[in-house]
Formats: sequence, C-alpha cells, structure tokens
Amino acid sequence: MITPHFPILQVVLPLIAAPVMVLARRGTLAWLLAVAVSWAGLYISLALLAQVADGGVISYAIGNWPPPWGIEYRIDRVNAFLLVLVSLIAAVVVVYSRASIGAEVPREQQYLFYAMYALCLAGLLGIAATGDAFNLFVFLEISSLSTYVLIAMGRDRRALMASYQYLIMGTIGATFYVIGVGLLYLMTGTLNMADMAARLQDVTEVRPVLAALAFITVGVCLKLALFPLHVWLPNAYAYAPSAVTAFLAATATKVSVYVLLRFYFSVFGASAVFAALPMGKILLLLSLAAMFIASAIAIFQADLKRLFAYSSVAQIGYITLGISFDSVTGLTAGIVHLFNHALTKGALFMLLGCIALRLGGVRFDNIRGIARVMPVTSFGIVLGGLSLIGVPATVGFVSKWYLVLAALESGQWWIALAIVLSSLLAVIYVWRFVEAAYFREPDPGIVKLKEAPLEMLVPAWLMIAGCIYFGLDASLTVDGASQAAATLLQGIR
Amino acid sequence: MNIAGHFSYWITIFVAITGLYIIIARGNLIKKLVGLSIFQTSVYLLYIAPGKLIGGTAPIVAEQFRVYSNPLPHVLILTAIVVGVATLALGLALVVRIREAYGSIEEDEILEQDETAITDPR
Repeated sequence: MITPHFPILQVVLPLIAAPVMVLARRGTLAWLLAVAVSWAGLYISLALLAQVADGGVISYAIGNWPPPWGIEYRIDRVNAFLLVLVSLIAAVVVVYSRASIGAEVPREQQYLFYAMYALCLAGLLGIAATGDAFNLFVFLEISSLSTYVLIAMGRDRRALMASYQYLIMGTIGATFYVIGVGLLYLMTGTLNMADMAARLQDVTEVRPVLAALAFITVGVCLKLALFPLHVWLPNAYAYAPSAVTAFLAATATKVSVYVLLRFYFSVFGASAVFAALPMGKILLLLSLAAMFIASAIAIFQADLKRLFAYSSVAQIGYITLGISFDSVTGLTAGIVHLFNHALTKGALFMLLGCIALRLGGVRFDNIRGIARVMPVTSFGIVLGGLSLIGVPATVGFVSKWYLVLAALESGQWWIALAIVLSSLLAVIYVWRFVEAAYFREPDPGIVKLKEAPLEMLVPAWLMIAGCIYFGLDASLTVDGASQAAATLLQGIR
Repeated sequence: MNIAGHFSYWITIFVAITGLYIIIARGNLIKKLVGLSIFQTSVYLLYIAPGKLIGGTAPIVAEQFRVYSNPLPHVLILTAIVVGVATLALGLALVVRIREAYGSIEEDEILEQDETAITDPR
C-alpha cells in the first residue's frame, strides 16, 4: 500500500523529522530520529533502485495532479543510483556523528545540528528525485541554506566567514540556475523536465535557450565547485565540523553533478550541448585545470582537511572529465567515480574527524607520529589515500581505468597520459601524510592519546572496506553506472 | 531589434548587474547582502513581467474574455521570495555572529585578522 509512495516518502520523512527535532529539544532524541529517517531513506532508495533496475521509469504525481501540470517525481536508473549513494552516506555518517558532533558542537545546540542535517538530507534527496525544474531550485535552496548553518557550527571562528562566503557564492549560483530555468519556461511554457525536453525540440528561436544553457551551466558549476568556481569549497570543508565535511564532501557536490547531467542529457539533449556547442571542450579544459592546479595546491597545504578539500576539487575534475567525452564509457567513468569518490572522501574526512577528536586539529605540525597511538585511524587514511591515487584493488583504480579507456576510445591518448600524470600529484600529498604520521618522532603530548572510539571508527572503516570491496569487485557499481549512462544517452539526441 | 518593446528585460538586466556589482565591489558584509537581495529581485521581474498580457484578465473562465494573464509565475516567485527572505535572514544572522567573533563587518579587516592569526598562532 505504501510502496507506490516511496518516491515522495524518502524526501518527506527527513523534512517532517526536522521540525519535530527542533520541538523535542533533546540531542539524543534528535539523533535517534535522524538515524531512523536516514536508514529508512536507505531502505526506500534501495527498493526504488530495484524497481527501476529493468530500465523502467517511476512517475509519481504529487497530490495526484498529473504531470506536466502538477509536480512530478521521476525516478529512473540515473537518479535511483544517486538516491542510494546519498542515503547510504547519510546513514553511515549519522551513526558516526554522535561522538564527533558530541565533541565539536555545544550540547545545547546538538538537536539543532540534527534538525539541519535532516533538512539538508531532505534537500539533497529532493533534488535527486524531482522531475520539475523549479521544484529542483527549491530543494537546492533547502539543502544549501541548511548547509550554510551546518558549516557555521564549526568550532573555529573562520567557519563563520567560510559559511558567509559560501552563502554569497551559493546564492549567486542558485539564482543563475533559476534565471536559466526562467528563460526555458518563457520558451516552452512548462517546468516539467521531460515535457520541457520534448517542447525544446520545436523551439525555433534558439538564442534564449543558449542563454538558459549558459546560466544553468555556470550556476550548477558554482555548486559543484568546478575549477575555477571552487573558491568557496576549501574553507567551507576545512572549518565545518568533521561529520559535516564528510557528509558534504560525499554528497553535496555529487548531487550538483547529477543536476548538470540531467540538464545536459535529459533536457537540452547531448547533441545540442556537445555537437552544436563546444561545451565538451570547455568542460575538458576546466577538468584538466582542476586535476593539475587543485592537486598542486593541495600539496602545499599545512592543514590535512584543507589538503583533502583541494583534492576534492581535483577529483571533481575527473568526474566532469568523464562527462566531457559524451560517450557511454566516459559517462560510466564519470558516474562510477561519483560513487567511488564519495566513498573515498567520506571515509577520509571521517577518519580525519577521529584525529581531530583526539588532537583538536589536523595540522601537519600537530600530527607527527600519530600512527603510533592511532594505528587503525592512520592505516585507514593511508588506504583512502591509495584509493585517491588510483592504486589497483581500490575504487580509485576502477574509476581511472574507465577514464583512461574513455580517453583512448575518443582517440585522445594525451588525456590518458594527463590522467596518469595528475595521479602522481596525489601520490605526493598522500605521501606527506604517511611521512608525518609514520616516520616522525611523536611529540610528548601525542604519546598519551588513545585510539578513536569504536562508534566513529566502525562507520569510517565501513566506507574504507567499501573502497576495497568495490575496488576488487566493481561489477555492482560499474553495472549501475553504465546502465545510468545508457539511460542518459537514450535521452533525446 | 525592438528596444522599447523589450524594456522590462532591460530593467531586469540592469537590476541584476547592479546587484552583482555591489556584491563584488563592496567589502562591507551587510552591503554585500543588500547586493545579493537586489540580484535576486531581478529574477522576480524576469518571471513576472512576461506573465502579464496587455488587455489580459485574471484567469477566470467567462464568456466575454478571451485573453488571460498567466498566474503561474506569480506563484513561482512567491516561493522564490520566501527563499530570498530565508537567505537574507540567515546571511544577516551570520553577520551578527561574525561581528561578535571578529568585532568587524568589513571583509578586509576580518581577512587581515585571520592572516595574523595564521602567522602568529594563539
């Protein structure tokens, strides 16, 4: 009876849970509720993925108003894959956050933290599930506004400035998006994405459509932190509470990548974006710039959280590089890296949170010799780092394998070379951690420290185990990604 | 090119550019938020102006009326206004907290304080 309502249910559950948490005013109760809605969301998203596995599409008319007049939730293999990713990360991070947030956020604010967390989750799931361009904007702002609050909860006062800067940039991005949607609405008279795609075929006056494409591209690229629109990201990741960084790094930018994919392949159509316009070349150039410049900046960071934040900018470059090829292999590589990078970065930021819990910070001059007292955490970071580099038997290798295949398939062997070369930069910054943690004499203050609590280590290691498992047996993720890629490319050409 | 006929778009573009210019050119955190609000306002105009048809009535079906104005943009913009208000409120709340933490709402002074904090750890 309830199964037909799954597409809306997973968005509504956290949305309703958030005000309940605020009214309850109890940290523990709020956390239990957050765990309940996150795990319920994971169950629902897995059920949805199973329903659309055969290539079908679930169309859910909200309030029984049939699309295109009412708001439609439209689940296909692309966003079902993304829904699983977001709710999986949310379910793992929420377990981890109890101890981490307990130490980093004042007791009387903790229930508000979980309320914002639930709102952010509702926003991200809403973006992924909706088939309505304006509804997407509303969910984009729900997730963004709650993200600004979550970042501002960081202990350092610089978190406030990071949050403010992200608020300015994020709002400009969302406003650009809504300008683009407005232009499309003027040209087609509809906000339903599927309907919009069909009507765009008959639009003869292309200039407003091109302007809409430009506005949406810039707006969404601001949100997904494509180089050089990434400037908000390093500070936001560095000063946010550890659990927030892990959650955002693994989900927020990934959901924005999905929005870009949806508009390029399902609304405008790949031929309009890649054949008639040089969008592929622009994306390719910016992706390469992200891979090299952001990785190079990462090497010189004094703070590990900032280092991995810059590494995130570089890794987003790999995802958009896959998209820029406009081929099944390229899209598969992009989508599989979306999943793989979410696992890797989520795990890394969670483990950094373990060190921050014991040490108060993750600057290189503080963590000398940390591997002696926190061997489990440090080894996890090394494994995560290996996955960032792309060593075989980790998920990073799977992504880069498909990226290189896509580059060779398109006949541009020099891009394959660039992928390998930029991975070498990752070797340098991961090595900096290994050197500091394993080969330096520990400070006297460090020797007294204990390993992080199990309730933080287990979720983090679950993600690391995922990095290894999906690196050894990639059939599940690669199949999901290639089916999603096929679905995207089936869209109007 | 009919410049006069597109005048609502020219106003929209002017308002949008004004807002963006304020965000970029001003270092005062409150003024930046004012610019952001002006920028968002331009979108309201972009949506609402084309919804109005000259001589059109409210969309109530009746014998004697043939031309109707589109009410949907108004509803959309009502939502966008709510989002804008929430953004502005959150932004101002952040500025209050920033002033408590730094004693200033000028961007360059705040960044300067952070610079000295990095070179000279507390």
